[in-house]
Amino acid sequence: MISITVNGTRHDLEVPPDMPLLWVIRDELGMTGTKFGCGVAQCGCCTVHVDGKATRSCVMPVSAASGKQIHTIESLSNDNSHPIQRAWVAEQVPQCGYCQSGQIMAAAALLKRVAGEPSDAEISNAMTNICRCGTYDRIRSAIHRAARQA
Amino acid sequence: MIDRAGFMRASAGFGAGLILAFELPGCAKDADTARNVKEFVPNAWVRIAPDGTVTVVLSKSEMGQGVVMGLATIVAEELDAAIEHVRTEFAPAEPVYGDPGFGGDMVTGGSTSVSHSWSTLRKAGATARAMLVAAAAQQWKVDATSCTTRQSVIYHATSQRQASYGSVAEAAAGVPVPQSVPLKTTAQFSLIGKPRQRTDVPPKVNGTCQYGIDVRVPGMVYAAIARSPVFGGRVKHYDARNAKKISGVLQTVEVSNGVAVVAKNTWAAFQGRDALEIVWNEGQNATVSTDSLFAEAEHLARGRIGERLAASRGNPEAVSGTVIDAMYRGPFLAHATMEPMNATADVRDGRCTVWAPTQVQLRARALASKASGLPPEQCTIHTTFLGGGFGRRLEADYVQEAVEVSKAIGGPVKVMWSREDDTQHDFYRPMSVNTVRGVVAGGAIVALTHQVVSPSWLRRWFPAGMKNGVDVLDVLEVIDAPYAIPNFRATYIDHEHGIPVGSWRAPDANWNGFVTESFMDELAHAARADPLAFRLAHMEKSPRAAAVLRLAAEKAGWGQNQAGVAQGLAVTAWAGSFGAMVVDVSIEKKLPKVHRVVSAVDCGTVINPDIVVQQAQGATNFGLSAALTGKITLSKGRVEQSNFYDYTVLRLADAPAIEVHVVPSNETPTGIGEICTPPIAPAVGNALFALTGKRVRTLPFSDALV
Ligand code: FES
Ligand code: FES
Repeated sequence: MISITVNGTRHDLEVPPDMPLLWVIRDELGMTGTKFGCGVAQCGCCTVHVDGKATRSCVMPVSAASGKQIHTIESLSNDNSHPIQRAWVAEQVPQCGYCQSGQIMAAAALLKRVAGEPSDAEISNAMTNICRCGTYDRIRSAIHRAARQA
Repeated sequence: MIDRAGFMRASAGFGAGLILAFELPGCAKDADTARNVKEFVPNAWVRIAPDGTVTVVLSKSEMGQGVVMGLATIVAEELDAAIEHVRTEFAPAEPVYGDPGFGGDMVTGGSTSVSHSWSTLRKAGATARAMLVAAAAQQWKVDATSCTTRQSVIYHATSQRQASYGSVAEAAAGVPVPQSVPLKTTAQFSLIGKPRQRTDVPPKVNGTCQYGIDVRVPGMVYAAIARSPVFGGRVKHYDARNAKKISGVLQTVEVSNGVAVVAKNTWAAFQGRDALEIVWNEGQNATVSTDSLFAEAEHLARGRIGERLAASRGNPEAVSGTVIDAMYRGPFLAHATMEPMNATADVRDGRCTVWAPTQVQLRARALASKASGLPPEQCTIHTTFLGGGFGRRLEADYVQEAVEVSKAIGGPVKVMWSREDDTQHDFYRPMSVNTVRGVVAGGAIVALTHQVVSPSWLRRWFPAGMKNGVDVLDVLEVIDAPYAIPNFRATYIDHEHGIPVGSWRAPDANWNGFVTESFMDELAHAARADPLAFRLAHMEKSPRAAAVLRLAAEKAGWGQNQAGVAQGLAVTAWAGSFGAMVVDVSIEKKLPKVHRVVSAVDCGTVINPDIVVQQAQGATNFGLSAALTGKITLSKGRVEQSNFYDYTVLRLADAPAIEVHVVPSNETPTGIGEICTPPIAPAVGNALFALTGKRVRTLPFSDALV
């Protein structure tokens, strides 16, 4: 039995300890906002916050997540009111949208980490998630916008 | 226009579409709107409920290109509907939703979603509007022509009466369907041409948008399939003992292309699949490598073996001048959609139900029928949102697999592909060897020959696309390049081999555009001319292409580059549209660093200007990603790349700032999803030449600059 706390709710689960957090969230808890793209910490689709830090959940064994606060895209807001979500809508970032849960969670962690508006270099360093639709220009603009509005 | 019988057949599928909404979590909103009410259904494309909700049925899949907003806007425009009351749903796999432009097949591809839907959806909206107006006019006992409509309300000015669409919806169902209806003039458009936020964006910023991977049906299990590492190989025998020891693994089943491991969750399925011990009968591709295939292609090219004529004018051999010869080589490329392939199938009790992110619903249904043994009418395809398509989902191989597994286990299953599966079992952008020869005299091109050696994917996918042995797509950006050249010949050699190839964003043009536009630069330099002026001098018969090129050059400040940064340009035509770009490039870490892209596009009438800009930006980055490092190679019949660490793609740090200028136009709308993919690679290559004096003729650039 492993217990994890996701978006403030505790779950006791019968899962192997080495099962990646991603698959626990998606298949066991049925929360599908967090996506699978590579399984090897390359693409960032699976990004969640573990104790506030952007973490690629596809390579984090569920046992390592036990006792930590895990937050997924579903926790940002009930009504798209989080400054990042508002900026993402204002800049019309998503195309297919598949990478965007991960992009948004990575951006939210970045804005929590840096004081004020991040520089372009800070954004380039922090935002290593892949978007195959190529929405990068708008991701950058949306992060600047969110930082100014937050 | 769809007749009533046609729409009745189609509406059998509407009910099925609603079941999807009920079964999926996160679709509570859809479930709420799936009321048990009598809707006015004037045709297969639009329904109007008594509460005024307008439902637009989309026969095109949403893979990021914005059809949810774009197609709904077209219907709403002619219907005069309040756009806030318009919702959309994806059409079932029914012939009534077939695209006449694809011979009645349901296809989302070729940048045709708007152009092929334009007149059908306008008529559908206008017909619905005419019937609503007729119903109100009958009730008011006035002439329908004296009524006006705005924002889902019908007005009769002289009697000062008004009625909402919802209030007359039921009555409108009794009105005869008009045979012809007037359409708006461009000046009357109130929605088309205006920027409007996409309705599919809110669910894409909070994780509620439902992709194929997100489908969950009661009792569903998960499966992963071990496929032959060599293309065309078959299972000889296998041992599943270790796989079955993995916690969560339920059973293994052999399917036509390998062995499936069925499990309680995706992770266990992947683990179990990796633990299978399989001996393969590798078949005839076991010794194939990319080196052997390129050697074969060059042999065909030099010997002109199996060469077919695609187009010819004048006599290229009879003219003299400065002769330039070159050979260009393009690699295989994977699609690498962000959402790996997957499908969920439930074959039970004489029915086959499939949920899939697909660009080809009828093909998916045909394969589901074949794999389940049930007639197509008993197979239902629910289209989910697509986490990218780029042409990969014009194949329904992953649907067939899921149906096979479901049939074998007798219940619902989601077959999930890992990134490795996705990279190694694609239908690749075909490799290509292009041989070009140009003759320049008096500052102009007097002759050009262009031979394409590339495997045809249309031969398998759409045989009617083969004309006299020439794949009509394989010579795009060759025979239709926007330049008038008096002596010209284009030829094609179908390099048939056993490696699966398919459509890849701006199919074939994405490579031929690189050759044509790089070679135009070579010829310009041979003529000692400015690449912009040289191109324009040959473009008198292509005014729209010339206009986008001029616009991009003007906005970018062509000829005013900064030290250490070189400019390059390119222009292409695709799917009736025109795109040109100027790039600023320097070299960093042995790769071209693209700082800025200034592009101009002409795609006729614009439905939603911001979606045009999004697509131009996305298509540019897609092409740039491939040009910089994209390459699939084979050794011993196996793909050597497996995941994003060895099939590397563009990330934010390397993505350029992309400025897009849209040419205002009242022409019929044409495609925007692909037009900016072909020109980026040659623009970068041309800038590199300006910077280094080195001409890159083999992609990716990462191979050229080491
Ligand atoms: S799925 Fe975790 S980083 Fe790609
Ligand atoms: S929006 Fe499609 S992958 Fe990023």
